[in-house]
Amino acid sequence: MSRIAVAKTYKLYIGGKFPRSESGRVYEVSTAKGAFLANAAKASRKDARDAVVAARAAVSGWSGASGYNRGQVLYRIAELLEGRRAQFVQEISQGEGVSSAVAERQVDAAIDVWVWYAGWADKYVQVAGNGNPVSGPYFNISTPEPTGVVAIIAPQESSLLGLVSVVAPALVSGNTVVVVASEAAPLSAISLAEVLATSDVPGGVVNVLTGSAAEIAPWLASHADVNAIDLAGAGDLAGDATWVDLQIAAAETLKRVLPPEVGVPAPSVERVTFFTETKTVWHTKGLL
Amino acid sequence: MTDISTRFLDYAPAPESTSILHLRDSYGLFINGEFTSGHGETFQTISPATEKKIADIASADAQDVDAAVAAARRAYERTWSKLSGADRGKYLFRIARLVQERARELAVAESLDNGKPIKETRDVDIPLVAAWFFYYAGWADKLDYAGLGPNPASLGVAAQVIPWNFPLLMLAWKIAPALAAGNTVVIKPAETTPLTALLFAEILQQADLPAGVVNIITGAGDTGALLVNHPDVNKVAFTGSTAVGRAIARSTAGSGKKLTLELGGKAANIVFDDAPIDQAIEGIVNGIFFNQGHVCCAGSRLLVQENVHDEVVDRLKQRLTTLRLGDPLDKNTDIGAINSREQLDRIRELSNVGDEEGATRWTAPCEIPAKGFWFAPTIFTGVSTSHRIAREEVFGPVLSVLTFRTPVEAIAKANNTPYGLSAGIWSSNGSRVLAVADKLRAGVVWANTFNQFDPSSPFGGYKESGYGREGGRHGLAAYLESAGWGSQTTIAKGATA
Repeated sequence: MSRIAVAKTYKLYIGGKFPRSESGRVYEVSTAKGAFLANAAKASRKDARDAVVAARAAVSGWSGASGYNRGQVLYRIAELLEGRRAQFVQEISQGEGVSSAVAERQVDAAIDVWVWYAGWADKYVQVAGNGNPVSGPYFNISTPEPTGVVAIIAPQESSLLGLVSVVAPALVSGNTVVVVASEAAPLSAISLAEVLATSDVPGGVVNVLTGSAAEIAPWLASHADVNAIDLAGAGDLAGDATWVDLQIAAAETLKRVLPPEVGVPAPSVERVTFFTETKTVWHTKGLL
Repeated sequence: MTDISTRFLDYAPAPESTSILHLRDSYGLFINGEFTSGHGETFQTISPATEKKIADIASADAQDVDAAVAAARRAYERTWSKLSGADRGKYLFRIARLVQERARELAVAESLDNGKPIKETRDVDIPLVAAWFFYYAGWADKLDYAGLGPNPASLGVAAQVIPWNFPLLMLAWKIAPALAAGNTVVIKPAETTPLTALLFAEILQQADLPAGVVNIITGAGDTGALLVNHPDVNKVAFTGSTAVGRAIARSTAGSGKKLTLELGGKAANIVFDDAPIDQAIEGIVNGIFFNQGHVCCAGSRLLVQENVHDEVVDRLKQRLTTLRLGDPLDKNTDIGAINSREQLDRIRELSNVGDEEGATRWTAPCEIPAKGFWFAPTIFTGVSTSHRIAREEVFGPVLSVLTFRTPVEAIAKANNTPYGLSAGIWSSNGSRVLAVADKLRAGVVWANTFNQFDPSSPFGGYKESGYGREGGRHGLAAYLESAGWGSQTTIAKGATA
């Protein structure tokens, strides 16, 4: 007689904890062939707002850490992902209906992308900033700083690589993140949250919501305490709302907006610097 | 009120002559290298110091905006995008030199049309205009080094709308990087200050800039709206109010137009008790009374450490008593005219709210001329962070004074605003300056100085002060397509199959 497996309850990840949706709602996640996999939490407006509060509270600690420190903490995620590869391969192949070999390649790529971005944490400032040769007796330097809280609509396909390709670059500079996972294949997002929860990434730095992007995204786009929104996976929202409506809502508080991408965004340092603000500091030089 | 005879010093009037100007009675739109009459209703530009008419100005309607954008598109495709960077740079160098040659004339025209003191247009505005063109001229053939990857592409036609507070300087901030990067331009100066932009059109003719590369159209807000919403522009750059910036962000959503916004501010100017007090007083005055406070990055919130509050305020009042308000063309004038009746009404209204909310008003003693729009330098003490004069942009010579006890409190109060354009720090303690500068959420931080501008130095805001940077290498990014986006490393190849 075969053993009865212990099934996992997939919940949200907010402020370093794993709550159910305050709405009590779940939705069924199934394999590509339609077999039941899990009941994922269906996040509500309240969950999104709680996630923003947690993300805001985490900004000062995460952005205040040194680049060297953030780089190591992020690199540690790649180490943990490597150790959990079998779990991710299984979730991806079941959820996306791809072979194990294809799922393996996605996990490989996700880990490698993570490592690539982790290495930027103590370098992007040098690439994006510079001293300025002003014509006067002033010390003058421009440096990029994290913009604050970034809301992200993750790509709908490529459930792990897509997610990693949008979350990692936002974290590099010290932003905190509220991400809405792929609606159809959310399980690897929650498993990634479990990795984050057991790593040195402080609670609240990454907050993962599962459910309907079309329902949650408008609340994030209009939220006054969100500084930027990445619409990577918002190109094909369910229902009447489009990503343009989200951009219009974001205009009210002049959020920085990245438009939708087709497929998985390629790794690029522009994804890091987009969620930064350039600060220029002038200081007088005395006369000798 | 201080008796006039006890004033610091009396000066005889020393007005700059207007004989250097050769103004026309009326100006048309500058489209495709020529002045043409507009189809909108003609309006007048006046001197805000005398309320006298300077010239009739054409107004662009939808048909004119179409013509200007079409001229810019033609010039982009047939001429400008085909020129080498070196050749584009040569045109920009020419423009820089022509601005220098005609600097006095431009300074007088700017003072006349805007109302700001001649010493500012002569020593700040116009020299910076030339510097801006000179700086970006050199970038035109060096774009590979701008940090955007090899051979970054221009965007196409840039639609630019600029404000009335630094009319020609804002034009230079917009046009110089756009042309260096290889774009063509349609620009609309503010309704109340079109004059120097139209003189600049003559400079473009003298520079023999190819027709259509820069088109200058005049009109009010509706002309600006037609321009930024035109379907054939690729880039929108706007400097002005946050309300209009929001409207532009909404109306360009989903259009694929690249957008940069330089909007309002409510800068904190933080004075610690170890500040060099003489310099700090000058810096506070420069921060809020430069250009009558018509400055988006003005230091309009003075945060003073509590134990030096009385000393700072007393010295500030003494200093303001010596400022001379009056004829903008007088070389001794410190405070010129408010740019328009509408702006004067706004300043009066918000100042009255300051009274109503319980702050204490002090006004510098000065004679207000009978004609024109004027507002004497004003300080409100006893202001709290919730007062409207501590939250809303007055855009006039009105300073709100607040106090703090600790650096942490100063930072919290400074950041307690939806804006984030600029800030000032006054302290002799270098490590404190750097620590506070790190924590301020503002795009430009001036330490032991204020209101410094340079073409090599990026300028722009956090939060609701807008996005994008103008000036420096960063300013080019607003007008180029980065080659980096989508550039594939080998990491993720094949993984999405």
